[in-house]
Amino acid sequence: MSASTDQEVNGAAKSVVQLEEATVRFAGDSGDGMQLAGTQFTNTSALAGNDVATFPDFPAEIRAPRGTLAGVSGFQIHFASTDIFTPGDALDTLVAMNPAALQTNLGDLEPGGILIVNTDSFDAKGIAQAGYDASPLEDGSLSSYKLFEVPMTKLTRGAVEGLGLSQKMADRCRNFFAMGLVYWLYGRSLDATLRFIESKFSGKPEIVEANSRSLKAGRNYGETTDAFVSSYRVDRAKLEPGTYRNVTGNQALAWGLMTAARLSQKDLFLGSYPITPASDILHELSKYKNFGVRTFQAEDEIAAMTSTIGAAFGGSMAITTSSGPGIALKGEAIGLGMMLELPMLIINIQRGGPSTGLPTKTEQSDLLQAMYGRNGESPLPVIAARSPGDCFDVAVEAWRIASRFMVPVMLLSDGYIANGAEPWKIVDFESLAKIPIVHPAARENGEPFLPYERNQRLARPWALPGTPGLMHRLGGLEKQDGTGNVSYDPDNHEEMCRIRARKVELVADDIPPQELTGEDHGDLLVLSWGGTYGACLSAARAARAEGLKVSHAHLRYINPFPRNLETVLRNFKKILIPELNMGQLDLMIRNRFLIDTVRLTKVQGKPFIISEILHKINEIAA
Amino acid sequence: MSTELPVLTSADFASDQDVRWCPGCGDYSILAQMKKVLPTLGIPQEKICFISGIGCSSRFPYYLNTYGIHSIHGRAPAVATGLKAVRPDMTVFVITGDGDGLSIGGNHLMHAIRRNLDINIILFNNRIYGLTKGQYSPTSPLGKVTKSTPMGAIDNPLHPLSIAIGCEATFVARSIDVHIKHLGAMLKRAAEHRGTAFVEVYQNCNVFNDGAFKHATDRDTKAETVIELEHGKPLIFGKERSHGIRLNGFDPEVVDLGKGISEDDLLFHDEKAVEPSLAYLLSRMRYPEFPEPIGVLRAVDRPKYDHELNYQIETARADKGPGDFDELFNSGETWVVA
Repeated sequence: MSASTDQEVNGAAKSVVQLEEATVRFAGDSGDGMQLAGTQFTNTSALAGNDVATFPDFPAEIRAPRGTLAGVSGFQIHFASTDIFTPGDALDTLVAMNPAALQTNLGDLEPGGILIVNTDSFDAKGIAQAGYDASPLEDGSLSSYKLFEVPMTKLTRGAVEGLGLSQKMADRCRNFFAMGLVYWLYGRSLDATLRFIESKFSGKPEIVEANSRSLKAGRNYGETTDAFVSSYRVDRAKLEPGTYRNVTGNQALAWGLMTAARLSQKDLFLGSYPITPASDILHELSKYKNFGVRTFQAEDEIAAMTSTIGAAFGGSMAITTSSGPGIALKGEAIGLGMMLELPMLIINIQRGGPSTGLPTKTEQSDLLQAMYGRNGESPLPVIAARSPGDCFDVAVEAWRIASRFMVPVMLLSDGYIANGAEPWKIVDFESLAKIPIVHPAARENGEPFLPYERNQRLARPWALPGTPGLMHRLGGLEKQDGTGNVSYDPDNHEEMCRIRARKVELVADDIPPQELTGEDHGDLLVLSWGGTYGACLSAARAARAEGLKVSHAHLRYINPFPRNLETVLRNFKKILIPELNMGQLDLMIRNRFLIDTVRLTKVQGKPFIISEILHKINEIAA
Repeated sequence: MSTELPVLTSADFASDQDVRWCPGCGDYSILAQMKKVLPTLGIPQEKICFISGIGCSSRFPYYLNTYGIHSIHGRAPAVATGLKAVRPDMTVFVITGDGDGLSIGGNHLMHAIRRNLDINIILFNNRIYGLTKGQYSPTSPLGKVTKSTPMGAIDNPLHPLSIAIGCEATFVARSIDVHIKHLGAMLKRAAEHRGTAFVEVYQNCNVFNDGAFKHATDRDTKAETVIELEHGKPLIFGKERSHGIRLNGFDPEVVDLGKGISEDDLLFHDEKAVEPSLAYLLSRMRYPEFPEPIGVLRAVDRPKYDHELNYQIETARADKGPGDFDELFNSGETWVVA
């Protein structure tokens, strides 16, 4: 869908093509600054009023050998004048900074799409490293694309000439040249990125100048070169009125956690051990000490978890952040947290597993670990974020549940959500519901304190150390209900196991019913959880547009399920469960409801694209 | 101090739980001394917390009327770190053993010590796994025959004090379960130290490793096999106080006083030495080659982790205020959709 108008730009007749949406990917060596280019283009597009969704994709190695396929890093941005929920299925524009980037990314470019390559990197060595027999620029293999061959290295060196930069430093400005060109292509203002350059490199005036010149040179190149006959425009999206900003999932999660702490009048304690893709939460939270955030970089994952338990006992809002391998290490300690019935959050930013797996890639394969990955009968509430902005709400909600029910809550996100960005409508802090927490008061009368006395939600009192008259001992040995004293009584043990399970079940009374998009009856329900939200929502929407009776339900609450979930499911003839694992939610749904389902699974370290799900929907409908 | 504390006694610190260690276990003595020391610290009962891991020693918190956590194997120092980070007002004791502290929990012990968290770590060393019924521990001597080492242990043992000093502990002491006055004095000194206080207590397991420290407890021999350290005093031992420790190059040697060797020739103890070398040297003195030192090996000052952490919070608050969420959310690039 595009409309074209001719327009005089700088004296040259160039057409401007109106688009509803576009998907662009910057791809290059991991040292080429592609993540920076992508982030800047995202911010600029968001500031221009587009809805945006991003997909940064980078190798686990910090700097794989230059020019190799293993070292290719990419950043994909989908921007639109409508509301969008995924970073896009296929690319409209690909920027390939070297042959390896071309080799690994070309398959995602739409036939007829725009391909911008840095020809200076297509030397014999680079071509061979990428596994090409001959230069793809010369063998006609790129004839189905709009190929733009740009000597970016040479042009960038020219742009920064006279600044006294070494050639190596000059070449590091190439990403800004590439950005400038893409900014021109989509009619973007350079202002936000120029401001970014000023602040990022403040104190280094020659670098500020070099990067600014390179950015402008890229823009000017697009504007003046005959090769580019058209540029494109994507109008503002009709988002809900309000003030917006861009957030990544990990940033929104960190802010949500801080917000939850303030709403409950608590200081925040984070016990964490660095792990991809969760570390950015540690980095983000460690900035906000004045908000009462204490971050403890522990000696290992187990210490991260057990220090969280100590801080929870001490009365803080205590959380730990990790990814699958770290959660595995924490398992025993999570069981202790559950046994002590103290509130805390255990946050898993899932990545490709098993073992070390694919650390920088996304997957949803820790759901069963979250549900069952501990010794003994040890159920916990499990809740999952669906998008970068949603991380904020889920963080607040997880703490509301944890503190209300005196239970550790498992919060699941994933690498795709964590590193992805989207516009976030800024909330008014005052409008957020407070999270009231009451601690039992001091006792001077010698009346015995029962640490495991329960309220109607089966929650026990959160008595703080330092309170006179409430001295009590907690521990991982089975305890008598009420007194909390060690008990080996068989009946008591069974009763305690059932109480702890029932308490988690009762959370279902405290959460909203399951919602869906589309009709509440139909032929097919797409049931999803976590980061596949956007692809599933979009696929179901597209299917309805094709006239199919397809609805979509997305689970935030996975344990316990919303009370009405079974009813929701039984109103459909078929249920499709797409997951980035080998069918873990599917297993839970079948087990819980004895209901037939169709699974669509993918474990490639990559998110679903909409067409994969739509294809499956059509297959079922046929 | 304007607020008067109620006068507490040992009995106030007894919980209502039956103590379940084996009759004759050295742990009883340590518990009794702890209950005697706690009322002398001038700290309200509710401001004290005992945190333990797993093992015989780790039942300790259940028997004291304070706050307490019986956590999981080896992790007590990390639990204590979390508590102390958010509640520097609490006095925290970590109770651990040779298996809990040096084997499964070695990492946490090392890091709590190097951070100099303001806690007191009491390690009960009985050189055996008692709760799991008699396997060798990281402090069992070479050749030790146990259920899991029928032909004798082949793992070189760890020495708790050397480990603590290697991690640059600011307070390191050793005592013996049956040496009750000395033990009480060491517990009190540990509690009064600001920073991580590490105390090794030789503790007899009369069921699985009876007599492991016989050399140090036997009335007839202990004067020859144990040397009591005193700050600023020469290292002298023996029933007749006729032997001493002298430095020969970098190594200690046992010498007899008299015969041209006077007290001034001996090694003088300096618990406040900034460099941990002397304390380390003392920690290496082992029976039977040397008398084993008891007392305070090292007591120095260094910034405390919990203090530094909370100081950063206070400084940030003083500089930037308590943090405004609306300001945070609206920071950086924003745009308005009308």
